[in-house]
Amino acid sequence: MASETVATQCSFSTDNVDKKKRRLLIAGASVVGGAGVAALAVPFVTSMSPSARALAAGAPVEVDISKLAPGQLMTVEWRGKPVWVVSRTEETLNNLPKNDAHLRDPQSEVPQQPEYAQNETRSIRPEVLVVIGICTHLGCSPTYRPDLAPADLGESWLGGFFCPCHGSRFDFAGRVFQGVPAPTNLEIPPHQYLSDSRILIGEDGGAA
Amino acid sequence: MAAEQQGKGLMGWIDARLPVTEAWKKHLAEYYAPKNFNFWYYFGSLALLVLVIQIVTGIFLTMNYKPDGELAFRSVEYIMRDVNWGWLIRYMHSTGASAFFIVVYLHMFRGLMYGSYKKPRELIWIFGMLIYVALMAEAFMGYLLPWGQMSYWGAQVIISLFGAIPFGIGDAITLWLKGDFIVSDATLNRFFALHVIAVPLILVMLVVAHILALHEVGSNNPDGVEIKKNKNEDGIPVDGIPFHPYYTVKDIVGVAGFLIVFFAIIFFAPEMGGYFLEHANFDPADPLKTPEHIAPVWYFTPFYAILRAVPDKLGGVIAMGAAIVVLFFLPWIDRNNVKSIRYRSLAYKVNLWLFAVAFVVLGYFGMQAPTPMGTLISQLCSVIYFGFFVALFFISKMEKTKPVPERVTH
Repeated sequence: MASETVATQCSFSTDNVDKKKRRLLIAGASVVGGAGVAALAVPFVTSMSPSARALAAGAPVEVDISKLAPGQLMTVEWRGKPVWVVSRTEETLNNLPKNDAHLRDPQSEVPQQPEYAQNETRSIRPEVLVVIGICTHLGCSPTYRPDLAPADLGESWLGGFFCPCHGSRFDFAGRVFQGVPAPTNLEIPPHQYLSDSRILIGEDGGAA
Repeated sequence: MAAEQQGKGLMGWIDARLPVTEAWKKHLAEYYAPKNFNFWYYFGSLALLVLVIQIVTGIFLTMNYKPDGELAFRSVEYIMRDVNWGWLIRYMHSTGASAFFIVVYLHMFRGLMYGSYKKPRELIWIFGMLIYVALMAEAFMGYLLPWGQMSYWGAQVIISLFGAIPFGIGDAITLWLKGDFIVSDATLNRFFALHVIAVPLILVMLVVAHILALHEVGSNNPDGVEIKKNKNEDGIPVDGIPFHPYYTVKDIVGVAGFLIVFFAIIFFAPEMGGYFLEHANFDPADPLKTPEHIAPVWYFTPFYAILRAVPDKLGGVIAMGAAIVVLFFLPWIDRNNVKSIRYRSLAYKVNLWLFAVAFVVLGYFGMQAPTPMGTLISQLCSVIYFGFFVALFFISKMEKTKPVPERVTH
């Protein structure tokens, strides 16, 4: 008999359950557990951000432009990206304003360049263009098309850059044309002249 | 507890502890499928076969592959030239990727034609769509691993898609996804981890959910008739036949036909003229030079064409995303109770075939270099693509359908 009594006492009954307390405990445990999971997610999610080594690899690069012929383009690597240094001819510079009416941002109002490059030629020295060769659409590297009015780009083409991926067009100052997928002008990296023929890309001594 | 044991011998012992026989009956020997399945019903089981091929060949590829920016390209060449039968295993895997999308696209089109997404099969369709999205992620990340030019620039373009999100969020996301300022060794390594562990696990779980949901409500068929409405005295659908042995044997025929084509491609045209393995991918990745012409592998090109058709960065990305998302809502866009194309109106049929043609044409122009004419045609086909869903929403409510038979026909 004694064991039966114990069994009765132990059997589950939902009559006198304090449901308010139960809900409170469930909610409390869920919040604490959820906070724990969220806190634990932080190190895992953050581990996918650039590591200390990747962050340290962005050192400036020095370029010698003494051998750059007029009309020639040279590519240098900065932070793993192609940076173009282009020597522009007098004719090219004269042609630049002719594109203005067809450009999205002819005055370079979108901050895609340091202040010292926010001018008609988007450069420190008019004849030398320093620009990051990555299309602002989806990150392809456009091709250099200095030729005037080629068959594939049309008669109005005055030379510039054409992205083979999605057909975006940029003029000889890296300014984007209207009606192409790229939203902004090509980016001008921070840079400065160490001497007449040497450029430091990636650092401008705080000029901007 | 042994007294409760029903069967005898080893199987009885196991069944008392794990419902093996019960599962066998429920999902194979006593799963009643409609007796009028046709050719189109091969592609579900073929998709399962390709999944197995991809997992097995993938395991063997990881034994020799090195997920390292310096070593990856050479390790793939090593597999191709020096590993015993390495070329076969790799070509099975690379051809398997394309084969996966071929059978999945046909499987999905079957669902469209026969209304297999409709009540009560909405969840099967949604799980199927999730499988499709997971499959695209899996294929995209796998394509980076050989570290060729197309691998590299393809990944660069697709990751940059997230950069279209405004307010600096997009740039933060692309940086986080790449783990570096450019697509680099860090990107390759994480794509490897996701490609061989994370996404396959999700894929397999989704496939299980897809099949469990299917076996709960039962298969649709080319007539779109619910066979469970007509049961005999034993509770078995009169138009149903056990999946095993009837459909297992039927599917073996499909498997044989599939494998003939599959291995013919592997042996005689593993690159498929640049469609399965793109030519530019035989050059090692070069972060400073984009190939002259870059396009994703064929199975992504319809969506890529939609992306290019919109002359605006954010707009293009939204259109591309919407082209996939809209498919999830198909069960509610189609408001007609009649499932099968056989009993629907001419307007519905024209709409569906226009959609299929537009999808193929988009796929073609997504592979070509951008030209003004190609862009124009892509824009037209993008309108047809989205127009399909708009038209379906109205046609399905207004169309005059034919009477649906009580029993399945042949």
